Amino acid sequence: MFGVFCYYYSMAVIKVENISKHFGTLKAVDDLSFEVQAGQVFGFLGQNGSGKSTTIRMLLSLIHPSSGNIELFGKSIQKNRDSILEQVGAIIERPDLYPYLSATEHLQLFAKVRKQKIEASSITSTLEKVGLAHRAKDKVQTFSLGMKQRLGIAIALVHNPSLIILDEPTNGLDPQGIADIRALIQHLAKEEGKTVFVSSHLLSEIEQVAHQILIIHQGKKMVEGVTKELLDPEKRIVQIKTTNDELALASIRTGSFGKYILARKEGIHLKLPTLEIALLNESLVKAGIAVLGIETKNSLEDYFLQITSNA
Amino acid sequence: MWSLIQIELYKIFRRPRTYIAFGAIAALIVVIQLGLKIDGDAYAGFLMKDINDTLTVDGKVLNGYLICYILLQLLLVHVPLLVALIAADMISGEANLGTLRLLFSTPFSRTHWVLAKFIAASIYTILLLIWLAFLALFVSMWIFGTDDLFLMKSNYVVLIEQGDVLWRYVGAFVFASFSLLTVTSLGFLMSSLSSNSIGPIVGTMSAIVFFTILSTLNIPLFNVVKPYLFTTHMNNWKEFFDIKVNLNNEAIRGSILNIPKIKTSLMVLTLHIILFVTASVIIIKKKDILS
Repeated sequence: MFGVFCYYYSMAVIKVENISKHFGTLKAVDDLSFEVQAGQVFGFLGQNGSGKSTTIRMLLSLIHPSSGNIELFGKSIQKNRDSILEQVGAIIERPDLYPYLSATEHLQLFAKVRKQKIEASSITSTLEKVGLAHRAKDKVQTFSLGMKQRLGIAIALVHNPSLIILDEPTNGLDPQGIADIRALIQHLAKEEGKTVFVSSHLLSEIEQVAHQILIIHQGKKMVEGVTKELLDPEKRIVQIKTTNDELALASIRTGSFGKYILARKEGIHLKLPTLEIALLNESLVKAGIAVLGIETKNSLEDYFLQITSNA
Repeated sequence: MWSLIQIELYKIFRRPRTYIAFGAIAALIVVIQLGLKIDGDAYAGFLMKDINDTLTVDGKVLNGYLICYILLQLLLVHVPLLVALIAADMISGEANLGTLRLLFSTPFSRTHWVLAKFIAASIYTILLLIWLAFLALFVSMWIFGTDDLFLMKSNYVVLIEQGDVLWRYVGAFVFASFSLLTVTSLGFLMSSLSSNSIGPIVGTMSAIVFFTILSTLNIPLFNVVKPYLFTTHMNNWKEFFDIKVNLNNEAIRGSILNIPKIKTSLMVLTLHIILFVTASVIIIKKKDILS
């Protein structure tokens, strides 16, 4: 039993090898490879139009890759599509649903396409999990975008899948809704042992839930790694505001802090060890430059912008 | 597969649009029946005016069987347009709504989904036809009563004994189901090519109108292709009402004048159904779902 448990937690639930997708001359995804381990929350980041949804659609066999291989649960999706998708729950982009059906009817309908029998109690508990139990009987045409998003997530969860793929799950949600979905993702991974593949362009969301992140830009992988390591708490991105930015930049370049300067179109940005922030301030003051403020920007969003602006 | 068909039927009959066709057929039939009930004698007189001098007809000419024949002549041309409303929306409507990606990411193949959708659309078509048959035949029989069926053809008249009529209507409705299923499958094919609802509905209607014109025009160039057009065969349900006669020119009870013509038409229509559905499956299997 222990051996099986260890195997499950060490296997790659998703293995993508060199996939590309061309639409005519457009390369939507270009030679992308990555792995997602069981029990992980995997953050898939990219700006709008970067190829996230195309990749997710290829994972679900909605789009045929131009080249490359995709394996889910150790099996090729092209050859074992039906048995693989039995273990997958997904929402893709917008929460498009049937306006004339209620929330309960949606879950009953999608429960029917699963091979295992899904109890009525499971439908109720899934609606409770996403905070929609009070609107269970209402038609979807009366739902807000956020409620549709929650129902989309409920559809993805109703058959208790091992792998959950969520494409922009917080779209249209209010701050409380975003926090609820974040908590749900963490619950699914920690308490229920699910593997969660979550894509977003709202980077602060991914930062708080993902163990591992991959940033995609113009269809290509920019960076991949463990969230904590990539964010590197020992180093901070800071933006310095002075009375004379040109002089300040020249001063920093010629001194020992020059190696920390980040290429940005506007403002002075540096990535430097936390302990050196005070020394930087001191050196600028000594050079006769009035420092108006030093803003720490240690978020994934800044990291993302740094990566993509260098691309 | 059965669960997929159940899902598709459930979705069809939860949509208000589904009932438009049932309502439209009921309204048309009731209006025509009402008109003939009030002013039927004048209509029958108009029909018979050319033969009144040479032929005396006893009994009730304007009976339920004749009313049904008149209704079928009028409606079976237009019902395909109502069928197209649902059939041409089966795939493209879901693509437009964005729900196709939900269905196609479930553990059933696209072939299963397409076939389930086609079967569900076919069941809808058959139910529409049963509704038409109920109103046009049985309600007309109830309102107008029954008698021998007297039909005016272009250069002859057909008189079918009332005991010999009902089975012909059964045959005609079975034949009509093939005609309408051809339209269903054509709508389905159009639906697989598009990601919006309106295009395939208009496309199906346009194709029916276009091919109907080709089938009816008597131009030698078109005569070559006519036998292969489904529209040429769709109205051959009328063949069930052409009867053989003996040497004394008396109708032979239980006979049909041109059975090979019916068989050929059924074969052509069936081949069209198979062709359209197979093409739909191939297109959908190869398609990237981008909606």
